[in-house]
Amino acid sequence: MSRPGCSVGSVLVSTGTEQGATARTAVVVTVRGLVKSYPAGRGRRGAASPPVRANDGIDLDVRGGEIFGLLGPNGAGKTTLVRQLTGLLRPDAGSVELLGHDIVRHPERAARLVGYLGQESSALDELTVALAAETTGRLRGLDIRAARAERDAVLEELELTALASRPLKRLSGGERRLACFAAALVGERPVLVLDEPTTAMDPVARRAVWAAVDRRRAERGTTVLLVTHNVIEAETVLDRVAVIDEGRVIACDTPAGLKALVADEVRLDLVWRDEPPLDVPGVAALRETARVTGRRWTLRLPQQRARAVVAELTGGPAFTALDDFTLTAPSLEDVYLALGGRRKGLVKA
Amino acid sequence: MTIISADADTRTAAPAAPATPLGAEAATLAPRARLLPAMAAVYRAQMSRAKVARIPLLFVATFQSVGIMIMMRGVVDGGPAARAVVAGSSVLVVAFVALNLLAQYFGQLRASGGLDHYATLPVPPAAVVLGAAGAYASFTVPGTLVTAGIGCALFQLPFANLWILVAVIPLAGAALSGLGAALGLLAPRQELATLAGQLGMSAALLLGVLPAGNLPEPIRYVRDLLPSTYGVEALIRSFDDHPDWLAVTADLSVCAAVGLVSLAAATWAYRRAACR
Repeated sequence: MSRPGCSVGSVLVSTGTEQGATARTAVVVTVRGLVKSYPAGRGRRGAASPPVRANDGIDLDVRGGEIFGLLGPNGAGKTTLVRQLTGLLRPDAGSVELLGHDIVRHPERAARLVGYLGQESSALDELTVALAAETTGRLRGLDIRAARAERDAVLEELELTALASRPLKRLSGGERRLACFAAALVGERPVLVLDEPTTAMDPVARRAVWAAVDRRRAERGTTVLLVTHNVIEAETVLDRVAVIDEGRVIACDTPAGLKALVADEVRLDLVWRDEPPLDVPGVAALRETARVTGRRWTLRLPQQRARAVVAELTGGPAFTALDDFTLTAPSLEDVYLALGGRRKGLVKA
Repeated sequence: MTIISADADTRTAAPAAPATPLGAEAATLAPRARLLPAMAAVYRAQMSRAKVARIPLLFVATFQSVGIMIMMRGVVDGGPAARAVVAGSSVLVVAFVALNLLAQYFGQLRASGGLDHYATLPVPPAAVVLGAAGAYASFTVPGTLVTAGIGCALFQLPFANLWILVAVIPLAGAALSGLGAALGLLAPRQELATLAGQLGMSAALLLGVLPAGNLPEPIRYVRDLLPSTYGVEALIRSFDDHPDWLAVTADLSVCAAVGLVSLAAATWAYRRAACR
């Protein structure tokens, strides 16, 4: 494995997966030294704010046919990164190459290579689901017959046909998101950039999204770049993931490879009935290392130590004060924290 | 920090060159959307929004103009003043919808990040601006016709030359919707876009409905600067027994020229707002 992965600090992290054959090995997206700052006093939404270095020297390689994730809490710089990949923002420094095209020099080419699902739906809100999909297809260069045929196929695939004549603004948040995803799929593109596509979706809609993504990857070799702050989603659907914190890539590997970094640790959650019994010396000692959220204490401990703590708590006087406890294998959230991630906001759902 | 050079200009010489370096064969680009089909698609989508969001506002636009005419009926008996009231009220419908509502629409679209949707599609900027402007100009048709019809009945003006509305609505519509789109896209904040649209409409109301002869000199100059004035003038002239069609054509030419310039400005503003 000598292919470049994503550079993290001073090391190049190799990828660990060999899935996909030769078709998946060509690099489709190459990002080098990407820097983007928002000036002081003028945030992206016009609010007063100090200067923010939203992307601080990002390097990435995404290979063809890969489902590549950008995982990080809100405000980590993920959306800023994909907005530069899609030609919506011009970087202060660095390069973005998409399927051999220089997107910094020719941002308008991105629209002809990428299907983009942004976080906002306001351009489509007042259209019906069918018209939103059809119009988007026509604006992707399809003629009217092709746009309608693709619209029907995509709505059928995502089980949206029953909602086809409803305006997006009258749908629930999850249904609206699914309709926008449908619009992003009409007019085939070799790369899909999806910014938190499953926000507010129920499990059925989520499955429809991942089935549609998988189908495009299997049948057409589509490459998917996915922005998410959902840890479970990242672990289950991604081939590789770049963990982003404060504008930098702090780790990049397969989800399994990243979790191996903290494999000797487990996560122990303690939920107290009322006040934790701090008069018990063992409990008082745990308090030092626990992350406290209300009555819940979260600890990351080596396996042996965790077992000993559980035995001590369940066999001793603290047991009566304990409402619930769970021991779990580490998740990508633990990886994020172990790598020095500081913000809260990763979601497990 | 990284072992890969961050210098954008030395990519090909970077120690860890990407697998598809510049110079290697780049992927074929999907075709662009062509101007006319894209414009038609935007127009159709905008027209469909009328069903959901616009119809109440179109009623308001019409009632406002009819209300002004009924009010003015009490103080104006006929003659040139009556023509000014009817023509001004009719064109006011165009100003309300094409200038005010379109400025608000683009201001809101820009503020909410909705322009990203269009900016990530291979669509010519002019198609988005012209499609939306055309749709908003079309929204004004029923209200303008109803207002002109009621006005002629109310003030006993001839209906014979009202066909001129076929030219007045699209040309005044082009001028005002271009202005509205440019204001909406250039305003740094959504509230300012709304304010600019409202002020533009108020100006069209006051300077269009009141007969020009009664206005003070400086205000008359301001009136001459407003593109809606030339639509109003063309309509006023068409109420004459023997209209000066040359002058009507000249007035409408001004509308067309302003329309051309303002729509070009709006397209430039869109490009600027969408691609930062």
